[in-house]
Amino acid sequence: MADSVFIAFQTNEDSRPIIEAIEADNPHAVINAFPAMVKIDAIGRLVIKRESIEARIGRDFDLRELQLNLISLSGNIDETDDEFILEWKA
Amino acid sequence: MSTNNAAPKKLSIKDNYAMLTRGLGWDTTYQPMDKVFPYDKFEGIKVHDWDKWEDPFRLTMDAYWKYQGEKERKLYAIIDAFQQNNGQFNVTDPRYINALKLFLTGVSPLEYAAHRGFALAGRNFRGAGARIACQMQAIDELRHAQTQVHTISHYNKFFNGFHDFKYMHDRVWYLSVPKSYFEDAMSAGPFEFVTAISFSFEYVLTNLLFMPFMSGAAFNGDMATVTFGFSAQSDESRHMTLGLEVVKFLLEQDPDNVPIIQKWVDKWFWRGYRLLTLVAMMMDYMLPKRIMSWQEAWETYFEKNGGALFHDLERYGIRMPRYHDVAMKEKDRISHEAWGIFYNYTHAAALHTWIPSDDEMKWLGEKYPNTFDKLYRPRLEYWREQQQAGNRFYNNTLPMLCQLCQIPMAFTEPDDPTKICYRESDYLGNKYHFCSDGCKDIFDNEPEKYVQAWLPVHQIYQGNCFEKDADPTAADFNPLAEVMRYYHINVGEDGHEFEDSPDRKNWLRWTGKPSHGGEKTPETGHAEKAT
Repeated sequence: MADSVFIAFQTNEDSRPIIEAIEADNPHAVINAFPAMVKIDAIGRLVIKRESIEARIGRDFDLRELQLNLISLSGNIDETDDEFILEWKA
Repeated sequence: MSTNNAAPKKLSIKDNYAMLTRGLGWDTTYQPMDKVFPYDKFEGIKVHDWDKWEDPFRLTMDAYWKYQGEKERKLYAIIDAFQQNNGQFNVTDPRYINALKLFLTGVSPLEYAAHRGFALAGRNFRGAGARIACQMQAIDELRHAQTQVHTISHYNKFFNGFHDFKYMHDRVWYLSVPKSYFEDAMSAGPFEFVTAISFSFEYVLTNLLFMPFMSGAAFNGDMATVTFGFSAQSDESRHMTLGLEVVKFLLEQDPDNVPIIQKWVDKWFWRGYRLLTLVAMMMDYMLPKRIMSWQEAWETYFEKNGGALFHDLERYGIRMPRYHDVAMKEKDRISHEAWGIFYNYTHAAALHTWIPSDDEMKWLGEKYPNTFDKLYRPRLEYWREQQQAGNRFYNNTLPMLCQLCQIPMAFTEPDDPTKICYRESDYLGNKYHFCSDGCKDIFDNEPEKYVQAWLPVHQIYQGNCFEKDADPTAADFNPLAEVMRYYHINVGEDGHEFEDSPDRKNWLRWTGKPSHGGEKTPETGHAEKAT
């Protein structure tokens, strides 16, 4: 079985649509709520799509805005204008 | 620059980042590059092509300032609100403040040290991409130090032990543990520094520091700490990524780099793990409302997440850090062993300790079924009995310190939790003592570095920790009191038993709330509620 990657955000209104978008685009992801923090674990790979977030917030979104509420992550990152990907390559 | 009036096409973040990190760098011609960058070869690391360096976040300076500015506005809005609303009185109970004292006096000066360290490392790399990443991190770290000093400043108005954190960091025995850790990294070469701090600490271990602790701060009502912690942590994600990229980049550049990196990974894993003993103790003993035990945090963030990372690095020939198996054996012990040390020496510290309440001991017993009730509960109950009989135990002899990690030698044998672990090495006719094989290995590899360690206990015995006007020949000379004076620790205020502390009395007087977070434990001791 492949290893898990994870990403964690502060629990707040900015993060909510991002977490919803991740949940929709990554059916295998597991969302864990901690005090003040939401940690999302996903086996192998996790993708965050700009379009999915924009559809929820109704405005343009620059994926680098993720950094405002980001707490931590694990995995190799590949970021483009459209997608932010976390994955293990082993 | 385009001269027509049509708006230029917006660059993709990849192109934008490439322009910044490739287009703006140049090779020097008045002076040879080796003279301009004199420190990036002696460690034996071979770099053939700096252009292979990729920062996956591809953050450009304009975006950096924009997002950092936004983070700062959010942070200070919350710190202001916290201060205006006397948020310090909304924490679960005043014992919690001692976790904060340890964090803010132990870790915050490291943020400043990291600022210096990354400025130095950035100067010494000849690749522009690496230099820019180090530059951003150096600015981040300065920001973290500043936000934490604001928090210190606020808590210092109400609680003891925060008043001279910078001075204490350079002198006090347990603060020498984080201090010496960071100075070891800063006095290494630039590649070892980034492998130590960016990879081994930030990537492999920092989640253990920030995630459970900040989530714990939230759970304990400390919004100021949650805020600076999470704001710092949002930068940390970028730092961790830098750590992983550095290591992958170096491993891909030359096969000769692999054994060097492995050696550093082994060393800095162990150094960082020993440092985190302080965090382990904080999580298990100092948070009135606990979120997870140290053991659980270790299993989640090191064994599982760290395991995935090292699994990923296998393709480069990197294996798990040496002695990770020892850390696994110790995971149900170190927090208890460390609390024992601080309980013994709390009168020489700028923070209070106490015996956990019955509820807390029950929790510890459930979280540590194999060790707590058998090994540590009897000791705590004995101490409590003595304390109730008016004999609160304070240890008045100085402990032997590990030459490497500088922690008092109270850790136990990997396979026998009832036996203290002692290791030693001889070097140039002197004997040096270690708490573990991990610390001994690091010393044996570079003894000429670690014989120079400034060990607080040795320094006290050598007479270097007294004020100039102290007179050791005087009949009534009290060495411990004199060392406290030198440390700027106010006896009777900053350290010793929590039950007798002014912090606790003030809390009862100011808030009228119990000092044990609403638990069943009755208020004891001689503090009285003000009317």
